[in-house]
Amino acid sequence: MSGNLIDVAVVLNGKKVTASVAPDQSLLAFVRDHGCKSVKCACETTNCGLCTVWLDGRAVLSCAVPMVRANGHEVTTLEGLQAESADFARCMAEEGAEQCGFCSPGLIMNVLAMEREIRDRSVAQGIEPAMPTEDDMNAYLAGNLCRCTGYTSQRRAIRRYMESRFGAASDDAPVRAGEGE
Amino acid sequence: MLKFARYVRAANVDDALEVLRFRKGAQVMGGGIWMRLSDRTYPCVIDLSDCGLNTIEETDEEFRIGAYVTLRDLEVDGRLNAATGNVLATAVHDIVGVQMRQLATVGGSVFGRFGFSDVICALLALDAEVELAEAGRIPLAQFVDMPYELDILTHVIVRKHDYRASYQCLRKAATDFATINACAAYWDGAWHVAVGSRPAKARLLTGDALGVASAKPTADELAHAIEAVRGLKYSSNLWGSERYRRHLAGVLAARAIVDAAPYTSPEAADAARAVCAGEEAIA
Amino acid sequence: MSMIVTRESERQGLTHIGARTVKKDAAALLAGKPLYTNDIVPADVLTLKILHSPHAFARIVDIDTSRACKVPGVVAVYTYKDVPNKRFTLAGQSYPEASPYDRLILDEVVRYVGDEVAIVAAETEDAADRALKLIKVDYDVMEPVLDFTQAKGNPIVIHTEDNYHVNGAWINNDRMHNVVASGLSEHGDLEAAFAECDIVVDETYHTLADAQAMMETFRSFAEIDAYGRITVTSSTQVPFHVRRMVANALDIPQSRVRVVKPRIGGGFGAKQTGCNEIFCAFVTAKTGRPSKIIYTREETLASSNSRHEMQLHVRLGAKNDGTIVAIDLYTLSNQGAYGEHGPTTVGLSGHKSLPLYNHAKASRFAFDVVYSNTMPAGAYRGYGATQGLFAVESAVNELADRLGMDPCEIRLKNLVTPGERLAQYDDNELYSCNAADCLRRAMEMIGWADKPLRQDLGDRVRGLGVALSMQGSAIAKIDIGSVDLRVEETGFYTLSIGATDMGTGCDTILAQFAAEALRCDTDRIVVHGVDTDVSPFDTGSYASASTYLTGMAVLKAAEQLIAELRRRAAGFMGVDVNDVLFDGDTMLAFAPGTLEVPTDGDKPEFSGIYDDVEAIARSYHLAQAAPDAEPVAQMSLIELANKLVAGGDGDCLTAHAAASSPTSPPPFMSGIAEVDVDKATGKVSVVDYVSVVDCGTVVNENLARVQAEGGIGQGIGMALTEDVQYSDTGRMRTRSFMTYKVPTRLDLPNIRVEFAPSYEPTGPFGAKSIGEVVINTPSPAIASAVAHATGNYVRTLPITPEKALFGE
Repeated sequence: MSGNLIDVAVVLNGKKVTASVAPDQSLLAFVRDHGCKSVKCACETTNCGLCTVWLDGRAVLSCAVPMVRANGHEVTTLEGLQAESADFARCMAEEGAEQCGFCSPGLIMNVLAMEREIRDRSVAQGIEPAMPTEDDMNAYLAGNLCRCTGYTSQRRAIRRYMESRFGAASDDAPVRAGEGE
Repeated sequence: MLKFARYVRAANVDDALEVLRFRKGAQVMGGGIWMRLSDRTYPCVIDLSDCGLNTIEETDEEFRIGAYVTLRDLEVDGRLNAATGNVLATAVHDIVGVQMRQLATVGGSVFGRFGFSDVICALLALDAEVELAEAGRIPLAQFVDMPYELDILTHVIVRKHDYRASYQCLRKAATDFATINACAAYWDGAWHVAVGSRPAKARLLTGDALGVASAKPTADELAHAIEAVRGLKYSSNLWGSERYRRHLAGVLAARAIVDAAPYTSPEAADAARAVCAGEEAIA
Repeated sequence: MSMIVTRESERQGLTHIGARTVKKDAAALLAGKPLYTNDIVPADVLTLKILHSPHAFARIVDIDTSRACKVPGVVAVYTYKDVPNKRFTLAGQSYPEASPYDRLILDEVVRYVGDEVAIVAAETEDAADRALKLIKVDYDVMEPVLDFTQAKGNPIVIHTEDNYHVNGAWINNDRMHNVVASGLSEHGDLEAAFAECDIVVDETYHTLADAQAMMETFRSFAEIDAYGRITVTSSTQVPFHVRRMVANALDIPQSRVRVVKPRIGGGFGAKQTGCNEIFCAFVTAKTGRPSKIIYTREETLASSNSRHEMQLHVRLGAKNDGTIVAIDLYTLSNQGAYGEHGPTTVGLSGHKSLPLYNHAKASRFAFDVVYSNTMPAGAYRGYGATQGLFAVESAVNELADRLGMDPCEIRLKNLVTPGERLAQYDDNELYSCNAADCLRRAMEMIGWADKPLRQDLGDRVRGLGVALSMQGSAIAKIDIGSVDLRVEETGFYTLSIGATDMGTGCDTILAQFAAEALRCDTDRIVVHGVDTDVSPFDTGSYASASTYLTGMAVLKAAEQLIAELRRRAAGFMGVDVNDVLFDGDTMLAFAPGTLEVPTDGDKPEFSGIYDDVEAIARSYHLAQAAPDAEPVAQMSLIELANKLVAGGDGDCLTAHAAASSPTSPPPFMSGIAEVDVDKATGKVSVVDYVSVVDCGTVVNENLARVQAEGGIGQGIGMALTEDVQYSDTGRMRTRSFMTYKVPTRLDLPNIRVEFAPSYEPTGPFGAKSIGEVVINTPSPAIASAVAHATGNYVRTLPITPEKALFGE
């Protein structure tokens, strides 16, 4: 913390929160101080994705957002998306894909952001939202590191979830682990 | 951690410029990504969020990319990418991850003039300029070599041409820094090849220095290009040795040219590819 | 030690074992609940920061903390002058630890760049950071030993302190020559065997000090409880060992320390070493205030522990027909600055690689473990086996290539089979082994028969490579796991365990064992984290022990509890206990003679373990389905449980059982990698990876599969991108995720895993381990695939594009 405190106000998970913060306090530190412990820090170099939150609905790394920049904006963490994330969480659990669970909140935030972006873009283009390809999903989520799973189980969970939202793509039929592989 | 004592959210670029000039050690913050990694405490940072620099404007002649346009915005802008051979989208696609690219800005990437920059490498091969609040418009190739000055980069401009372009890079791991990046673009009747991550700043080769005249380069011309590219200076660091980089630069530059060139006959394309194949170290 | 030894028929009709049971903590973890160490720190906690040494080897001449102490918010700054001068080890091992006692909390001599120089305790992180910059240290900088191949016998000696202590002479410590440990194990007449060989592969392999890189960095906090004792909450795999470390470091009785383990964000062995618990315990003891220490990623990469870097020299002799005749392995292991896990990891490089080719007429395994002025090594999944298997499996691959033989065929020709005594594995008998099936099935999965080892794809070339792996299941005779199983009011069960779930799901696995034994839903089994004050003793979750060892303890406890439940129910119902059956819900009494009386007279059909082991071959005595006969009386578990917790006849039942094993049955695994190498850039992409695992009975198919996929993922990182590098002055250059590249999801293909379960008679329901064996195949398999594709044999990991292209 350095410098004089600055008053900030954000809408955190739908509730207005005001505080006086150091100008260089990170959004990550702020949301954790305000009870959102799902948001984790694991790298300090913007490489891991564990601190992913939504800033005005877009997934960003909260470690790299100074609080003064978030001032006046809407911040969403997994604490504020409990109902919205339940279906995907179930897909993860059924695959055992959470493992240690430490990276799960950041991943969930980005998976839901991806789903949202697909919808928003198809609305903008006036087309039906479509199931993302395996490559699209890997590319979108590349910034979410996981050391436990080797990602394969996460992919199964993400694919199942996206299929439940967008319908199965014709060319890659859903395959559960250990079935038909 | 990014540490700063004062924060100024400028209402407009002129105000920002004033603060930059008169407050010692003040720095303009882009996405805050690189700034964050330094172990310094900045006396003052200037935020341009309210300066309206976050849009990509298209006119008949050019695209004007605001300094606060994020790399993600750059990546998904359909018009800009369609007009420039998709090199910008390709260049930023593997930078860490979507959440990081939603913060990192074009202005920050370009102003930083980092040797590894994928954005600079791609832009350098295009007809690109930067617009500075004080100094006005400067060709990117010139700006890249300028010292850091007390000025504010407000826009990156890409002039419209009938671009044929391709961006190639090698990353040791998928979202790592490039060991070498190369972008080739054909416009205005000439090839422009930029090579970055040498690891020094990207260099642009064109005209005689490149040795490729035709739109559909012959095998000889490609061989010239490879030689020219390998004539640049390379050195070693964690991401690759000088020897490997020199080899790789030739390979990737040739691949970029061949990928971008409008070969019409399969034979010509095959001949060009054979030159790239001649570069193959694995028999 | 007494063992229950079962036959494969025990695997019939299992309900919970093998199921894809969702982890008991999954819902909470996926909801982002505050369950990890840093989520539950007490209010008003002091923040600790460490000043790390900038020098690889130096003596502190003077250290001035006066300016640092004046920073507002700084409570204290501690240096070597403030700590007990009693050495200890941070290795999480059973007492007496194999690792030498060569550490102090803070030492006057610093032995690597990153070594701890001072501890700052402050009210805020910012104050602590500012104080760090104001500590003035005057170092007498000494010349370091940075190249571990030059360490042995080097005139520069890294540990000369007079209170250095070694627990056991068996490690052959010679620290005045920088030797932590050395050893030799020989079998047969080596030179005679080599004389018989037509061909000898003689190569040296080199693996790096890879980072475990669990997502949750090292962290812990300490506080003083109502009884004046120090309570440390830590992200650790070894709470009971941490209790000893803290007591030793602070020079206080163990009875004054309590260790609590909440949810852990991964460990992979890293947290089998007590990296920072001693610091917060020390500060809290000094100040009386709660304190926390949260390592940064940089500290976790550059100032903690890693895999042991090893140089392995293999001589592999064979006949022209591919028969392996002689193997000679010498391992030089880089311990770094302090001795954690040094004497033990190195052993696995031979003992978990050579037995695959147990038919060799002679083998020799010799090793030295040496100190150097680099970051200390510790435990990382695979624990030496990974390094040994990279060398031995690579040598076997090279042998096949030089003989022009199929690398799978050469393995099938030489592979160990069940029933053999393993010369390089403590002469243990191998009771269960499906290694050959693992290999054959992997060959089918990848389509081995229809694919050449090298395939030209234009600008790329595709290569195939194979490797096998083995590991152990718990440390024989040393590890111990114990559980308490309690029947509670309304008939649910509390399963107290000392095994530490680090995200792998052992809480759930152990609940599945209990549910299977008690014939109830896993929801009726309550499990929780570890607290050394209340949890039964367990050496911890490492050495692939939890499923095999603690699982056994669960079955033993369940047997006891069921026997007692039947006895009590018989009393209440006024019948003979032998006529009472527990079907999971109800105690059913039948007419005398209806139930078969279990006998223990079914004597073991093998006696190959150890003379001092009483091995009883019999079925588990568990809850079971009722026969068709009409019961004469019955009592529900709920009724019984409620009676047991009531006054009068109540006798709140708890069963306690411990398990330890005289043997460490190896799981086996095959891995086949299919890679594409760009002909002009050398970039290696893994396009397919198939693997078949013999972990004995699969207890939870999902969790076992994710273990395998995850281990392979880490192994691919080790093989291709994780490239630990040091500067000329001994500073680690790969100190962030920007430079130390763990695989992203773009670096890994879909990993395909199947199981070929053998039945391990000494394991619970036939289970062996899976946690570690899974990391060992990628490096040798990928190296061989790259060699087939390019002709370049890369023997120093990782296989960067540059090495694949140009060779080494």
